[in-house]
Amino acid sequence: MNPKRRTRLVAVLFLVAGTAISVSLVLLALNENINMFYPPDAVVSGEAPIGAQIRAGGMVADGSVLRDPNGLDVSFVLTDYAGSEFKVRYSGILPDLFREGQGVIVQGELTDRGHFQASQVLAKHDENYMPPELAELSPGHQKQPNLIDHGR
Amino acid sequence: MSFHTLNDFLVMGGHGLYVWLAYLTTITVVVGNVLAVQMARRRYFRQARALERRLAGGTVADPGDQTGSPMKGKQ
Amino acid sequence: MSMSASLSVSQSLKAWWHKLGSPRWFYEISGPWQRLFGVLALVLLVTGTVWGLAFAPQDYQQGNSFRIMYVHVPTAIVSQSVYMLMGAAGLVLLVWRMKLADMVLSAAVPFGMSMTACALFTGAVWGKPTWGAWWVWDARTTSMLVLLFLYFGLYALRQAIPREETAGRACAVLALVGTVNIPIIKYSVNWWLTLHQPASFTLTGAPSMPPSMWVPLLINVLGIYCLFAANLIGRLKLTILERERNTQWVRALVREVSA
Repeated sequence: MNPKRRTRLVAVLFLVAGTAISVSLVLLALNENINMFYPPDAVVSGEAPIGAQIRAGGMVADGSVLRDPNGLDVSFVLTDYAGSEFKVRYSGILPDLFREGQGVIVQGELTDRGHFQASQVLAKHDENYMPPELAELSPGHQKQPNLIDHGR
Repeated sequence: MSFHTLNDFLVMGGHGLYVWLAYLTTITVVVGNVLAVQMARRRYFRQARALERRLAGGTVADPGDQTGSPMKGKQ
Repeated sequence: MSMSASLSVSQSLKAWWHKLGSPRWFYEISGPWQRLFGVLALVLLVTGTVWGLAFAPQDYQQGNSFRIMYVHVPTAIVSQSVYMLMGAAGLVLLVWRMKLADMVLSAAVPFGMSMTACALFTGAVWGKPTWGAWWVWDARTTSMLVLLFLYFGLYALRQAIPREETAGRACAVLALVGTVNIPIIKYSVNWWLTLHQPASFTLTGAPSMPPSMWVPLLINVLGIYCLFAANLIGRLKLTILERERNTQWVRALVREVSA
């Protein structure tokens, strides 16, 4: 390689490396803020602010869904299956994928430590796809893995 | 076949609107990409032919053999 | 391998690299490749789409809305690969000043841009019935939106700078710098908490769906790559014709076609 091209190559590599390093630093600095939601342990420990518009997420605890028979009011518990959980109240139509054992993300505010008033419920699905017949054969797969575990 | 009737296929268990919207948009974009190139190519040759005819008729000055791009030259 | 054999291999590679610098050479050899990739793309995309739409089983949780995957995943994957190719072309242009690299940098933009827009749109249409929202600001969706704006930037930069050589170098720098976004898109779902699910396919693990579901997806992914190859060659040939419109060989070609 002739010296002129080598100089240009080095300059270009510096440009890319410099950009990569600065972007990484920005992302590292913003790390917690890029997370789309607070997991249950952050809600319980006090990391999530009370009375502010936030998003929190977790797995809908088995047997925790209570529906008001006369309306759209519903309450359920979000858990990380590791001891942290909080209660969510919501009034409105739930997404099709909402069910017990499913990951969901709720938007709204914490009224106190452990109680969340949601204005929107989003269903989180995992990366596994399966035909219904196969899912019936393997009940172990019915339950989603803990969707809120990664990324921390 | 995953569907029993044509109606099942169109309705997609209630998700028909979403599924068909996504597919039709993607197909339109894909076909659009193919057509855009073909049409641009046809337009280029039509215009270039018209220019050649005018050159042959002597109504415009011949640009001669130009390199076209400033980046030509020994690597 | 003997010394002389490896020497001749490296020499023919070098000769090929130099030939790549010649737009005319590329124009003349690329026709059959364009047709080959075009036919492959047609066969693969029709097969994969019909299979995914009508024959693949539905998902146990999402039902039929999961079929959007067969258009969402290929467009999303190819939009990132196109950008990586432009980054590589940018590097070649800045270091070796190869004309063809500049042409790739301009000819790949429309396809990449439309595929990114398509991936975002089909993602929104898939998000509504599954998540319950058309759009959320999580790390994956936001970094994909950044990719779309990078494509807009590359397009606008080319239009804004009249001098071809300057425009090419400016685009090369933007393309190269923008490649930093690609690993962010890929790993966003692993690095941060997002609504978007992690990848179903990894290099090391088994796919997280049965073959009846992933085979049509693989066919569509291969198909969209073939389509990109054919489309890129078509646009490159057009760019070559436009940039070399006053050369003898292009003028001869025009006369030949019209005769």
